[in-house]
Amino acid sequence: MNMRMTFVNRSIMNKYILGVILLFFVFVSNNNLFAGETEKEKGKFNAGEMIIEHISDAYEWHVMSIGETHVSIPLPVILIYNGEIKTFMSSNFHHGTASYEDFKIAEEGAHKGKIVHISKDAAGKEVDDETLPYDFSITKNVMALFISVFLIGFLFISISRGYKKRGPASPKGMASLLEPIILFVRDDIAKSSIGEKKYERYLPFLLTVFFFIFLNNLLGLIPFFPGGANLTGNIAVTLTLAIFTFIITTFSGNKDYWKHIVNAPGVPWWLKIPIPLMPIVELVGVFTKPFVLMVRLFANITAGHIIALGFISLIFIFGEMNVGLGYGVSVVSVVFYVFMGLLELLVAFIQAYVFTLLSALYFGMAIEEHHKEH
Amino acid sequence: MGLVTPGIGLIFWMTLSFGILFFILAKFAWKPIMATLREREQSIDEALQQAIATKEEMKALQFSNEQLLKEAKEERDTILKDARHIRDGILEEAKNKANQEYNRILESAKESIHYEKMNAITELKNQIATLSIEIAEKLLKEELSDKAKQKVLIDKMMDNVNFN
Repeated sequence: MNMRMTFVNRSIMNKYILGVILLFFVFVSNNNLFAGETEKEKGKFNAGEMIIEHISDAYEWHVMSIGETHVSIPLPVILIYNGEIKTFMSSNFHHGTASYEDFKIAEEGAHKGKIVHISKDAAGKEVDDETLPYDFSITKNVMALFISVFLIGFLFISISRGYKKRGPASPKGMASLLEPIILFVRDDIAKSSIGEKKYERYLPFLLTVFFFIFLNNLLGLIPFFPGGANLTGNIAVTLTLAIFTFIITTFSGNKDYWKHIVNAPGVPWWLKIPIPLMPIVELVGVFTKPFVLMVRLFANITAGHIIALGFISLIFIFGEMNVGLGYGVSVVSVVFYVFMGLLELLVAFIQAYVFTLLSALYFGMAIEEHHKEH
Repeated sequence: MGLVTPGIGLIFWMTLSFGILFFILAKFAWKPIMATLREREQSIDEALQQAIATKEEMKALQFSNEQLLKEAKEERDTILKDARHIRDGILEEAKNKANQEYNRILESAKESIHYEKMNAITELKNQIATLSIEIAEKLLKEELSDKAKQKVLIDKMMDNVNFN
């Protein structure tokens, strides 16, 4: 029975499988996510578990499974525990089934899917001692990050060479494909939000962020090896990007910006003294902005993947009831997968655009000069 | 809740890689690309301005051309007028001269004709005189061949002579 579950689970590893009917998905996944914990029936296909597994990070890069043979790329694990650095390959965990050097991948509980430290209790049985090492492992997402950083770096440095060589002549090859997007970021995002005078200072960041998000969104849509990691749908990644925006906004804030926060002009005095209501609201706003950036990107990309995976899950849910039904539903699922794929292509661009545009707007607000009190 | 809990490892690697990417791209990609784009925009701008200036210049040139043409036309007209004038003068003069010559020639012709005529008349007169004398001589010879006849003639002559 276990074998069958593994087979079903693994064989649908094609991650970005799109499907629609959000309502149905919510019903299915909620059912399985929360109720499934207690009354898990071994061998049953668990859509929620499968989806979470696909959108989460992993210590190995799973390529495919044929029967019970898992083909995956082992990645290095780097842990700091009690001041000691431990490095080993994730293949030592044997796909999460074995422990290694007192560490293992938690199968249940709050730290499910993460590496936890285990110690032996009085009876000599290994137990999770609930202490987490600092985990700096090159996980699937970190690997995807490296690949995408390398790709973007290579791409833009190579086209910049072309620009240097050809001078102001019309762009050629890859540059002609990317130039409209670069100009779009420059003219419609940076120039219009920050202003003609100072936009150039922020342009490198905006361009880098735009292409980083855009490319990773696209790579996330590819179900096979170089893509397939849910990088821009990972909260740590969006958090870091948002922090970059936050730091740049804060450090480029001018006198007017801080004055607006501390003593907002045009607001009745009793909102500032004795209880500094407005300053508190403004200060919260400063942190809300990057927070919103973080959540929006994370939620949009993750939701897209969840919907897609939910749809493909339908095939297996119906397939478990009746094989013929599974085949029948697969037709509908694949149609929706294609539809969602096209929609996600659009979302990939829109989310990159929105993140960059909002960052630019925040920069613009930070450096805006108020000539008149309003 | 693992999904919404950011992992420290990924934050660390993300900060590091994104920072490096940002730094490298800013220095080696965006800077030259932006410089080239600006350069291109400038050159396009310049070209456009140049085109406008050239157009303006062309317009001015065309205007001056027209002016020149007009002037040339005027000049041609005056030259033609002058030429016509001169031609008329020349023609007039020539006509006058021709007339004069004609008159002169006519005059001289007339003179010479008159002269010739006079000559001819004189000669004729002389010849007639000679002939008359010869005839008279012959007649006289005839008439005076016998005495009777001489007598008749003398009589006749005598009759004609008027004695006043």
